[in-house]
Amino acid sequence: MRPEHILVPTPAGLCSKAGGFHIDPTRPVDKALITHGHSDHARAGHGHVLATQETLDIMRLRYGENFAGSTQAIRYGETVKLGDMAVTFHPAGHVLGSAQIAVERKGMRIVASGDYKDLPDPTCAPFETVACDVFITEATFGLPVFRHHDAEGEIRKLLHSVAVFPERAHLVGAYSLGKAQRVIAMLRAAGYDQTIYLHGAMEKITAYYQARGIDLGPVELVRGAKKAELAGTITICPPTAMSDLWSRRFPDPVLAFASGWMRVRARARQRGVTLPLVISDHADWDGLTKTIQATGCSEVWVTHGEEEALVHWAHMQGLKAKPLAIVGYGDEEEEPSPDSPSKTGVNALSVGEGDAERSEASGEGGTK
Amino acid sequence: MNRFAELLDRLVYEPGRNNKIKLIAAYFRETEDPDRGYALAAMTGALSFKNAKAGMIRALIAERTDPTLFALSYDYVGDLSETVALMWPARDADAPPIDEFPTDLFAPARTPTKALRNDPSPTLAEVVETLSTLGKAQLPAQIARWLDVLDETGRWALLKLVTGALRIGVSARLAKTAAATLGDKEPDEVEILWPGLEPPYAALFAWLEGKGDKPASRDPAPFRPAMLAHAIEDGDLDALDPKDFMAEWKWDGIRVQAVAGRDEHGDLVTRLYSRTGEDISKSFPDLLTSLRQPGAIDGELLILRDGRVQSFNVLQQRLNRKTVTPKLIQEFPAHLRAYDLLADESGDLRDLDFAERRARLEAFVKKLDDRRVDLSPLLPFKTWDELIAARADPARGGAGDDADAVEGVMLKRRDAPYVPGRPKGQWWKWKRDPMVVDAVLMYAQRGHGKRSSFYSDYTFGVWNGDDELVPVGKAYFGFTDEELAEIDRFIRRNTVAKFGPVREVTHEADTGLVFEVAFEGLQQSTRHKSGIAMRFPRINRLRWDKPPREADRLETLEKMMAVTRA
Repeated sequence: MRPEHILVPTPAGLCSKAGGFHIDPTRPVDKALITHGHSDHARAGHGHVLATQETLDIMRLRYGENFAGSTQAIRYGETVKLGDMAVTFHPAGHVLGSAQIAVERKGMRIVASGDYKDLPDPTCAPFETVACDVFITEATFGLPVFRHHDAEGEIRKLLHSVAVFPERAHLVGAYSLGKAQRVIAMLRAAGYDQTIYLHGAMEKITAYYQARGIDLGPVELVRGAKKAELAGTITICPPTAMSDLWSRRFPDPVLAFASGWMRVRARARQRGVTLPLVISDHADWDGLTKTIQATGCSEVWVTHGEEEALVHWAHMQGLKAKPLAIVGYGDEEEEPSPDSPSKTGVNALSVGEGDAERSEASGEGGTK
Repeated sequence: MNRFAELLDRLVYEPGRNNKIKLIAAYFRETEDPDRGYALAAMTGALSFKNAKAGMIRALIAERTDPTLFALSYDYVGDLSETVALMWPARDADAPPIDEFPTDLFAPARTPTKALRNDPSPTLAEVVETLSTLGKAQLPAQIARWLDVLDETGRWALLKLVTGALRIGVSARLAKTAAATLGDKEPDEVEILWPGLEPPYAALFAWLEGKGDKPASRDPAPFRPAMLAHAIEDGDLDALDPKDFMAEWKWDGIRVQAVAGRDEHGDLVTRLYSRTGEDISKSFPDLLTSLRQPGAIDGELLILRDGRVQSFNVLQQRLNRKTVTPKLIQEFPAHLRAYDLLADESGDLRDLDFAERRARLEAFVKKLDDRRVDLSPLLPFKTWDELIAARADPARGGAGDDADAVEGVMLKRRDAPYVPGRPKGQWWKWKRDPMVVDAVLMYAQRGHGKRSSFYSDYTFGVWNGDDELVPVGKAYFGFTDEELAEIDRFIRRNTVAKFGPVREVTHEADTGLVFEVAFEGLQQSTRHKSGIAMRFPRINRLRWDKPPREADRLETLEKMMAVTRA
């Protein structure tokens, strides 16, 4: 049997014809299996959605009650039968509720890993290696220059900066699902016990993380705070907000950005970032290559990102490998911030700030 | 080394001067001798190694990585040192964390003994001391050993250090200023001591931290901090009495201090300093030989050809050259136009009145009798109106053929002692009116620091013969905070395209924003499509009232340039 009899790439995403489902479809389908809640993987409008409880909750928070016709929650390690396929969800270590989806048929197993990281994260279950024949991987950071193994060191760098600049505010740009909460949790783990301020766009998801028992310490919306009170404090906001009018409420802000892209200086400079923090929720080059080897797979499919280098590496290891070039992944979620001009109707712009953010995250911006 | 690397990493991203000072000062406070001293040496350009060339770095990485993966990575990152720093094979992932940041700056100093560091990476001192003694043949293996034990940022900093210039946006003056803040001292105090100090500057830090005596300045040719002038504003003259002042031309060169003194052996030591005290002797060997008698001249460095002062454009072609060739010296002969004397054989003169120092200067220059050193002439005037006339037309006012190199007049109180800094009411500078054109805003870029949410860097253009706008310059100051907010709003509402951080702003004949741009001069440029580059452009006024079609044309600028050159 060929692996394509289990899963095949289609314009709508990975599809199992025999099982009658898609994984992380990029357009509405009858039956969708969703790996995690980021908006490029979890879209509204499917007939039926199978996902972890957390992913379903996050989709509900973002898209409203009617985001799908019907839903079914599945636990990590639990197996459901779809046609003659056995489908099991395993932790992916990417964000709260994120899963790899293992699909097995007649002794052949394919793992669609969604987005993942193999490093510890205090806000979600750790990545689990699942042995398989075909491993479907992302390659967001699929170049050997991407190394982001020392997130704790980056948090120390942030705290050092707060100590050196007590009269300035520190703005930390972070994606609002996952990264924001992880940065807060890591600050707590590093012993920082002051109130951490939040941009309004972070409010719901952060409250949800707390409701799931993740201790984030004292967090407050920045909305009510006076400028002078914000000296020496840390505020977490969507990356786009740092260059918005919104940022003017802060005293001489230090602009930090927590992202794997910050590893490359030209990227950080392009964003006007003064304190790049190399913290990523995706596996770095070492993570990608180690994980592929650990699964024992004989074939690698690469969904999106810098697939050329990773496919080349896999071939060097004697593995079969191919890019799937699925269009639509890698547009890491980014809501327009409440104060941004595009919402206040001042929008004569052909391209909004948010679009710049997306092309940035998808690797199309600038430095090539 | 890692701590120094983290400092460099912060400095390259930090645009604000005061913030840079804070970062450097914090590093000095947290870091022990001799590392911090070598860091100060690196930032002041006091270190020089037999540079490792890019080819050696390429060879090192080629031994360790797959060529296809390297090519893809280099293509993506775009910088060799950075690509190598990032791709260098990782050391053991279980190795202990290195050089952690202290987050409490006031904690007791870290233990200085290397033996207690659970850290295989080299200290900055080890790197510097090893590099200065190592032979070329051993260099690649040593650098590879260091790269093996440093992290990504450490590797990047090491490669910057060994391949040459740091290029982190920190001048020697800024680094010294940061050091001075350790002891709440004025940067000039450090500057005066500087020529007598050597890396790693342990005595300097000990003094700054109150743990040692002030290092004695044994320098026979020290820099003396410069006295600066205030700009004349409208109405200032009314409050001043012409009888109290002497006037000179304000020359459009660079302010220098030319010092000669005898060392303990009686040998003459000569040095040329910039306005901020940087030793620029190496760039002007032709002038140094003219300083044959002990003294300290404050004056303007100019280029003279056939006795005529050349414009700043000409001087610029001699500045910033790494190597000074005989050809360069011959084509751009350096000249010192003296306007003050801070010391002579009798000692320091700075407490004397200006009129007295001027008299001594005249005698000094006469005795020196060197064609490369002359006096900046005094302008005779009895009333302000006479001075106003001279300023308006320097050619007729006495500057004659040198009028092009006059950028205004200087007023100095007859009884003013020479005081470092910018004392009130003593010296005044009164520049000529700038040139202005009306230009159309074409592109805008966000600023840094406090301005990071504002579009504050503007590229503007004028109309060419084909009725197209061509960029002629860039400006990022000259407007008030209120005006900045208005321009920012205009840009956000009128963006037609975005290229990374740059916005293209609508610039049609009828819609767009016109700036009145002031500037000090024009020169030919191959870098700009228009063929013209402006000197000191700034936004003079916002012309909301003016449609872009009425902005100036390129031919107008070309004529202005022709006039200045003629």
